[in-house]
Amino acid sequence: MIKGYEVVVGLEVHAELNTATKIYCSCKNSFGLEVNTQVCPICLGMPGTLPTLNEKVVEYAIKMGHALNCGINRICKQDRKNYFYPDLPKSYQISQADIPLCHDGYLDIIVDGETKRIGVERIHIEEDAGKLLHSDKFDGSLVDFNRCGVPLIEIVSRPDMRSSDEAKAYLETIRSILRYIDISDCKMQEGSIRCDVNVSVHKPGEPLGTRCEMKNVNSFSAVVHGIDYEANRQIEILEAGGTITQETRRWDDAKGESVSMRSKEDAQDYRYFPEPDLGTIVVSEEKVQYLKDTLPELPNARIMRYMESCGLSYNDAAMIVDVPEKAELFDKTLEACCKSGKLLSNWILGEISKLMNDGTDISNTNLTPEKLAKIVNYIDSGKISTAAGKKVFDAVMSDNADIDEFIEKNSLSQISDVSSLEKIASEVVSQNEKSVTDYKNGKTNALGYLVGQCMKASKGKANPAVMKELVLKLLED
Amino acid sequence: MELYEYKASELSEMLGKGEISSKELTKSVFDRIEKTEPAIGAYLTLNRESALAEAEKIDERRASGEELPTLAGIPIGIKDNISTSGIRTTCASKMLENYTPVFDATVITKLKKAGAIITGKLNMDEFAMGSSTETSYFQPTKNPFDTSCVPGGSSGGSAAAVASMEAVMALGSDTGGSIRQPSSLCGVVGLKPTYGSVSRYGLVAFASSLDQIGPIARSVKDSAMLFDAICGHDSMDATSARRDYAPISGTLDGDVRGLRIGIPKEYFGDGIKPEVKEAVMNSVKALESRGATVREISLPSTEYALSAYYIIACAEASSNLARFDGVKYGYRCENPENLMDMYERTRSEGFGREVKRRIILGTFVLSSGYYDAYYKKAKLLQKRIRSEFDSSFNDIDVIITPTSPFEAFKFGDKMDDPLAMYSADICTVTVNIAGLPAVSVPCGYSDTGLPYGMQIIGRSFDERTILNTAYAHEIDFGGFRAPVILGKEVEL
Repeated sequence: MIKGYEVVVGLEVHAELNTATKIYCSCKNSFGLEVNTQVCPICLGMPGTLPTLNEKVVEYAIKMGHALNCGINRICKQDRKNYFYPDLPKSYQISQADIPLCHDGYLDIIVDGETKRIGVERIHIEEDAGKLLHSDKFDGSLVDFNRCGVPLIEIVSRPDMRSSDEAKAYLETIRSILRYIDISDCKMQEGSIRCDVNVSVHKPGEPLGTRCEMKNVNSFSAVVHGIDYEANRQIEILEAGGTITQETRRWDDAKGESVSMRSKEDAQDYRYFPEPDLGTIVVSEEKVQYLKDTLPELPNARIMRYMESCGLSYNDAAMIVDVPEKAELFDKTLEACCKSGKLLSNWILGEISKLMNDGTDISNTNLTPEKLAKIVNYIDSGKISTAAGKKVFDAVMSDNADIDEFIEKNSLSQISDVSSLEKIASEVVSQNEKSVTDYKNGKTNALGYLVGQCMKASKGKANPAVMKELVLKLLED
Repeated sequence: MELYEYKASELSEMLGKGEISSKELTKSVFDRIEKTEPAIGAYLTLNRESALAEAEKIDERRASGEELPTLAGIPIGIKDNISTSGIRTTCASKMLENYTPVFDATVITKLKKAGAIITGKLNMDEFAMGSSTETSYFQPTKNPFDTSCVPGGSSGGSAAAVASMEAVMALGSDTGGSIRQPSSLCGVVGLKPTYGSVSRYGLVAFASSLDQIGPIARSVKDSAMLFDAICGHDSMDATSARRDYAPISGTLDGDVRGLRIGIPKEYFGDGIKPEVKEAVMNSVKALESRGATVREISLPSTEYALSAYYIIACAEASSNLARFDGVKYGYRCENPENLMDMYERTRSEGFGREVKRRIILGTFVLSSGYYDAYYKKAKLLQKRIRSEFDSSFNDIDVIITPTSPFEAFKFGDKMDDPLAMYSADICTVTVNIAGLPAVSVPCGYSDTGLPYGMQIIGRSFDERTILNTAYAHEIDFGGFRAPVILGKEVEL
């Protein structure tokens, strides 16, 4: 709520699918290759060419539909959206108009520990356009058609979000799902997820306000800034006694402001009509069911599982789940008999995240789930200290060291055996009467000294936690 | 008799037996072209050198003992809206004056595989929009039977080339009658196949849901031969039908005993010239005496067909032709000031009047607020027209109508009156709307010697029955009558 106004947000998310080939031809679907090399007469829209639908695109979109709890229109069609732009070689985009492949779903997002359900109006399939290239090195603009015909899904939410934070959480959850069901590379900087934002404001209890659509919102931070900017802009107008005009605006991330592109009156008439070059899409009930049954565990379910069965906090669980590689390592390490999920999560969010952030592909290192499980289990059981664990971990990473051998050779194991530690404790206590008296007189830091002496006597191998327990027990007696 | 005068079926035999070579046949056709083309103007691009080289290759392969398909070595002309790799494909438009495709249409791939020799690219109405070939940007094509008359359209170049024997056969395309009507006006046989039976891949789209490529030839058997070569499922065309296509040309026997013919009264109304009706009914009577039964039927929605056709066809065309924007290929206006200026001037200057008329019409009927009133209603009518045909075919086998309400007309006669021009399609558009196969065969001649055509419509994918009916008719009526061009020709 800003100045008594409620912000209402709806998102249209475009995600490029990572199918091997494009949606209507057999060109490779890959990013970053030399300009105009991934093209053929079909995706260049040359006269006489015809599209044929890549069925994988339908499968991928249905997967997303299931993940977002949508109904699936097993029988649907494709339509032409007509407009002129140099990056659109046919001057129409093949999309879906009135009958999308997936409809009426929802997505649960978690903001500040609270779960909120966001409605999903529809998911449809369509083709991407090319890219205009501008440069000082040449006059005018050039077109790179490589992206033409890259398959997209457009996910349209209902206007159910009430803040930029909710929009961000929605986007993050969508991105996480796309990764988990492995249908998109989700690289915002490569444009594989793009976003249009609809924003309106109103006072609670009053009807919804007039909405403005903002295009070119292409990063998560831009979504947050864009929504906040737009909401404030609208509130200022209303507070000054003005009215909001329905329009399309363009977000300028560098300047941190949105500028008007066109008003409702100038809205383009896309003259949608059924694509006559393509037949009706018919997906069998069995296929729809199969795609549902083979859907992997989704991120939200995984977060809940980590919280419930491993005792992780929401934040820790979410941080692990946010990166599929981390979650996979977490699960595989648990499978390899790692006994403490909590301790494991510390390792994954600590040492291992550090390495991953530096660009290390963990699956390509010496660290196997079995080894990680062993290290964590040894720390958990007190066999080695956390500090020794770090040494073992480094030795595994650098030299693929055998864990037990390394611990033995470097005398890293701790003595946690109570009877042998008891002996040390009683010797130290009996040799340090002054400290014992000090402790009993309330000088509690004498305890630390005594434990330190015990550790010294054990040549540093005693489990400090156990040692402390034992010394304390003797002092209390 | 010169080699160019023979029919494809005869030539195929002669070539097979080694009586003639493809090279001499191809030379003969090009000699003919050289002689009559100045009077006819059927070709936009000639492929002489490659054609002769290909013919030589075919002859070599045959000489080496290789078994070749029936079309091997036979010169065939191609309508200029069918994509030919390395050969300019203009659609008879300024917009594509210098456009040379980098790929072959599926029908061209099939013809090349069958060893057919491509003579060149044939004139047409610009982007196949017209019924007289007068909307071609480049040149008029004259009717070989009377060079002061149009050849019909839009495949006017194809029909005129076949009639003037400048090609043994030709490919045309038919969206609302563009194969059948010029075939009728030029006294040749033209088949519009069932929608989906011939791949559209490489056919520059006018109206995607109605377009179909088909053969134009001087005999029914020849059309069947060419159809056999080009039909079949194509994975490059999602609207191509996945089914078995049994060859037809060898099965034609002219046996029409028990064939049930329907005569729809709506196709014999006031707009149809009495002599045309008479010629058609005489031919029907001949079929009856061969053992067919005839009865009158009614297709009541016919009166709406023309409106529905022009709405659907123009709507699709407005979108299909949007790609000609000056960005990638084809015409671009000079010194555009900005993007909008480039779009506007490129399209204003690159397209002719009729094309622009239809783009504007199509844009209008798809516009928000008008879509329901026009496009949606036209699609409903399409359904109704289809179901009327479907139920007719419950108890009849073929429907016979005139192809064109009148014979070939003079140049300029209908150019200033689009509605009069559109009404030339009155008998043919329903067939495209219903997606059915239909063949036009010559069935009479006017006092001045201009041909009349009869249209035989069949069930979906039943090209065999309409071609066999046409074959029976051809036996009675007689085969192709060559026109007298330049007053020097002797009737065959």
